[in-house]
Amino acid sequence: MASAAPALAAAVRPRWLTTPVVLGGLIAVFWISVALTVGWWPIHDAFLATGGRLGPPDATHWLGTDKLARDVLSRTLHGAQYSLPIGLAVIASAVAIGATLGAIAGFVGGLIDAAIMRLVDVTLSFPAILLAMAVTASIGPGLRNATIAMIIVWWPNYARLMRAQVLAVREREHVEAAIAAGASAPRVLVRHILPLCWSPILVNATMDFGQVVLQAASLSFIGLGASPPTPEWGQMISEGARNFYQWWIAFGPGMAILSVALGFNFLGDGLRDILDPRTQ
Amino acid sequence: MPNTAAPESDAPLLDVRGLEATFAGARGRLEAIRGVDLTVQSGETLGLVGESGCGKSVTMLAVMGLLPPSVRITGSIRFRGQELAGRPQQELAKLRGARIGMIFQDPMTALNPVLTIGAQIAEAIRIHDAAVSARAAAARAVEMLTLVAIPFPERRALQYPHELSGGMRQRAMIAMAMANEPDLLIADEPTTALDVTVQAQIIELLRRLQATHRMGLVLISHDLGIVAGAADRVAIMYAGRIVEQGAVEDIFDRPRHPYTRGLLASLPKIDNQAARLTAIDGAPPSLAARPSGCAFHPRCRHAAEICVARDPELRDVGGVAVACHLAEAIDAAAAAPPDQLASQPTGMA
Repeated sequence: MASAAPALAAAVRPRWLTTPVVLGGLIAVFWISVALTVGWWPIHDAFLATGGRLGPPDATHWLGTDKLARDVLSRTLHGAQYSLPIGLAVIASAVAIGATLGAIAGFVGGLIDAAIMRLVDVTLSFPAILLAMAVTASIGPGLRNATIAMIIVWWPNYARLMRAQVLAVREREHVEAAIAAGASAPRVLVRHILPLCWSPILVNATMDFGQVVLQAASLSFIGLGASPPTPEWGQMISEGARNFYQWWIAFGPGMAILSVALGFNFLGDGLRDILDPRTQ
Repeated sequence: MPNTAAPESDAPLLDVRGLEATFAGARGRLEAIRGVDLTVQSGETLGLVGESGCGKSVTMLAVMGLLPPSVRITGSIRFRGQELAGRPQQELAKLRGARIGMIFQDPMTALNPVLTIGAQIAEAIRIHDAAVSARAAAARAVEMLTLVAIPFPERRALQYPHELSGGMRQRAMIAMAMANEPDLLIADEPTTALDVTVQAQIIELLRRLQATHRMGLVLISHDLGIVAGAADRVAIMYAGRIVEQGAVEDIFDRPRHPYTRGLLASLPKIDNQAARLTAIDGAPPSLAARPSGCAFHPRCRHAAEICVARDPELRDVGGVAVACHLAEAIDAAAAAPPDQLASQPTGMA
């Protein structure tokens, strides 16, 4: 009996379903449900003083209070309502822009390809956080502008990825067969090339999600993202850094960022194992 | 297409004259095919035979207009009397799949892996006739699968390529190519990737469809057995040119060109117990370093000075078109017992 149980588990469990993937999935599900439902949770208000200032963790304030006596746990959980939508918006827009331009570059080739890819090269030649800072600073601080800045930083990755995929897939024989069947160029691209190009995009988008959340927090930390009353993670860590000996103020949002970045990275790894035939 | 209504009745279905295709390579221009002439009539099967790299596929890709734009194509390609060479891609796309169908070598890779078989056949229909409803096209796809003898066509239409065997996939490819009842079907090594037993079935299917639809069929192959069984006429290609062309019986019974003779001699014979197979010495020339004169002369044991100096034109020798300076002499010698042929001094002109 003792030896049968692991053997059965190994037979039933798919190969990609590893501990990190399960962990990543649980973390992602946790934060997504927090972001969707935290308004109804029976927890302290994230904006109002609810006890003593700078109080250490105790039974009523599990993660203590900050210098305005707000509950850190509540603010951390509410932070998901900012970080996750920003991550989603940045990734979705970057994929939409990058994949479209990359597909056009790879499929059309020639001057258009050269123009798009030089734009990609120029963008990627700046360190990501520096470019995001420069763009946010020039169009003005704030969460919306930080989001726009991060889209500008992130789209070239997907353009490169998509172009490489299109270049590889368009050499396949079924594409030639489609052309031989009389399909027009747009039809060939949309129906016979693009459907085979998505899996690395999906894997990278999942992995990048955590990075975007981290970058949004970084921009807020240096004052280019969320502004003070907002319970945004980077902003909270910035406040925590000013009260360095009250470690719990930065601990909550710090762990939140860590878990999101780690969780989505694990999830992306698992997705790659599922979608990439080379790893099987 | 304004011209399809009244094709010139005496014009062959496909008439290729002086076709040349030049690839711009890293080390200069490479002539993949140089001066190919061939014709296909309605209801006729032309076998196009040659070693890998001799230009068989390039010839047919040129006919389809599927070569990349960097390839320079000269010469004439007439389909039902209309010139195809130099036509814009949009116009060629209307012919491709509608009037000229094509079947590819490897059915494992030539079908879109993310679309069902039925969807792919339906798409081939709707590309050329947007008036056909999705439902009608799907019904027609099932009909096509029935035509190519796929069992349970309704169920197969909803399956993806990976769920079908190689033979089934090639049948599906044929169904797709036949969906618009083309006048000309080009089959590029349609059986090379298949088991021998399945090969025979596919060839049989192609022959049946060709007979019932009165199509012209171009069968590209390096398998002489398949060509002998299926083709009406045969064109043998070597190093970018047709070296011999004629009725299948004439070519197989009495090959005039030394290359054709070599090909036929290299076939293993079931009654021959000899341990070694006969091979043609040497290797086909690379495109970059084509020999002077007749491209076959370095491998030809009959080669004479004229073969080094001048490239022979295709000319009529006893009802067969042959591109060999010495065709008559070789033909006459072949009528003599084979041991005499072997002792013929080389260089008789």
